[in-house]
Amino acid sequence: MNLKLRALTKSLWVFHAATSPCNNCDIEILDALTPRHDIERFGMVLAGSVRHADVLLVTGVPNYKTKERLKKLYSQAPKPCLVAAIGNCACGRIMFKDSYNSPCPVDEIVPVDVYISGCPPKPEAIIAGVVKLINKVTSSAKGT
Amino acid sequence: MMILFNYLIFPGFLFAATVGLIAGWVDRKVTARIQWRKGPPWYQNFVDIVKLTGKETILPEGAGITFLLAPYLGLLCVVLAATILGMTLIFPSAGFTGDLIVILYLLVIPAIAMMIGAAASGNPLASVGASREMKLVLAYELPFLLSVITVIIKSQGAIRLGSVIVHQAASGPNIGSISGISAFIVCILCMQAKLGLVPFDSSEAEQEIMGGTLIEYSGLPLAIFRLTKAVLLYTTPLFLIILFWAGNLSAGSIIWKYIALLVIIILIKNTSPRVRIDQALGFFWGKAAILAAAAVILALAGK
Repeated sequence: MNLKLRALTKSLWVFHAATSPCNNCDIEILDALTPRHDIERFGMVLAGSVRHADVLLVTGVPNYKTKERLKKLYSQAPKPCLVAAIGNCACGRIMFKDSYNSPCPVDEIVPVDVYISGCPPKPEAIIAGVVKLINKVTSSAKGT
Repeated sequence: MMILFNYLIFPGFLFAATVGLIAGWVDRKVTARIQWRKGPPWYQNFVDIVKLTGKETILPEGAGITFLLAPYLGLLCVVLAATILGMTLIFPSAGFTGDLIVILYLLVIPAIAMMIGAAASGNPLASVGASREMKLVLAYELPFLLSVITVIIKSQGAIRLGSVIVHQAASGPNIGSISGISAFIVCILCMQAKLGLVPFDSSEAEQEIMGGTLIEYSGLPLAIFRLTKAVLLYTTPLFLIILFWAGNLSAGSIIWKYIALLVIIILIKNTSPRVRIDQALGFFWGKAAILAAAAVILALAGK
């Protein structure tokens, strides 16, 4: 496994991309950043600019407006960029599936690497999801 | 060949960057402990740099070659300053007349490089950051230069780092006198602004202007900027030690003095809120400049 990819798994800078969520998932993400859960011990920090991001944390059901914004954000992020869909809405749109302003789920807009379900997922679930993401990157690098 | 070794390995780039990155980790770890967290492992800053070199470098639309070259300008100059300071500490007679002034210029260039890079990116938030950085440089340079003038007066008008050290070895460190200690306090505050740390970090405020000057940088140029910051975190305290605290210059003594200054930096960083740019300007041109001017007058009076 090459050095740069291993470094990537040890220093994931997360960027918070809220595509019209109800705000509960965002609060849980902020909870995961608080001293109690302290994700900085895994090298994760919250990036202010999308140009510094390694992981996009997507929450909410994209509507016609935020769909374009999410597409733009993903194209602005430097590759390799991973995407985590956080919450049931971002994973599968649940009850907003047939809603008039919900054109498509998140994974039809950007390639999602890990789905973290829950309404909202607990901070522990978010951290467990990120560990899955790291394992996925590591194993895919070993496979190729 | 020797010069190249000094510039690239010891006491230049490799050594300064390693010390600076470890000092940066100490900062993160102490901050974490203060907030009752565990904090990152010791190699975290090295991992960050390696990771950034592996990321894509994005060139924003309309940004030219200036955008990509600005980080290197800052790094080259600050490494040169680190080399001159390190060589002066090892051989106090090795310097040249006026190297004090050269160091003062070299230490401003990282800030200028940041402004050039931010302005070249064409991002409105980056230009806000660049304008704040510019105001901050204008603000802290006045008291900083006055404090350095205090040191020059105290060592009988010497503008060679070697003579400043020799003078302090002969007649006690500058920090021991009343003018020296006031100039030293002003210098510590200026150092905080030079390093871009809280309370003077409004130029790259993550929460309000999303990284400010660094907003458009990604990949290798961002890694270079972070290395510049790390080398600056090694160089600036070392410069202060040479100017004010150079009585005993054994390796152990320099290390504990450096750690003491690092502790002061971290304490200021963790106990103060971010000030607005007008407050910073008012502080440096008001209270800090008055204290530094008082130090100059006291030094002229021989105190």
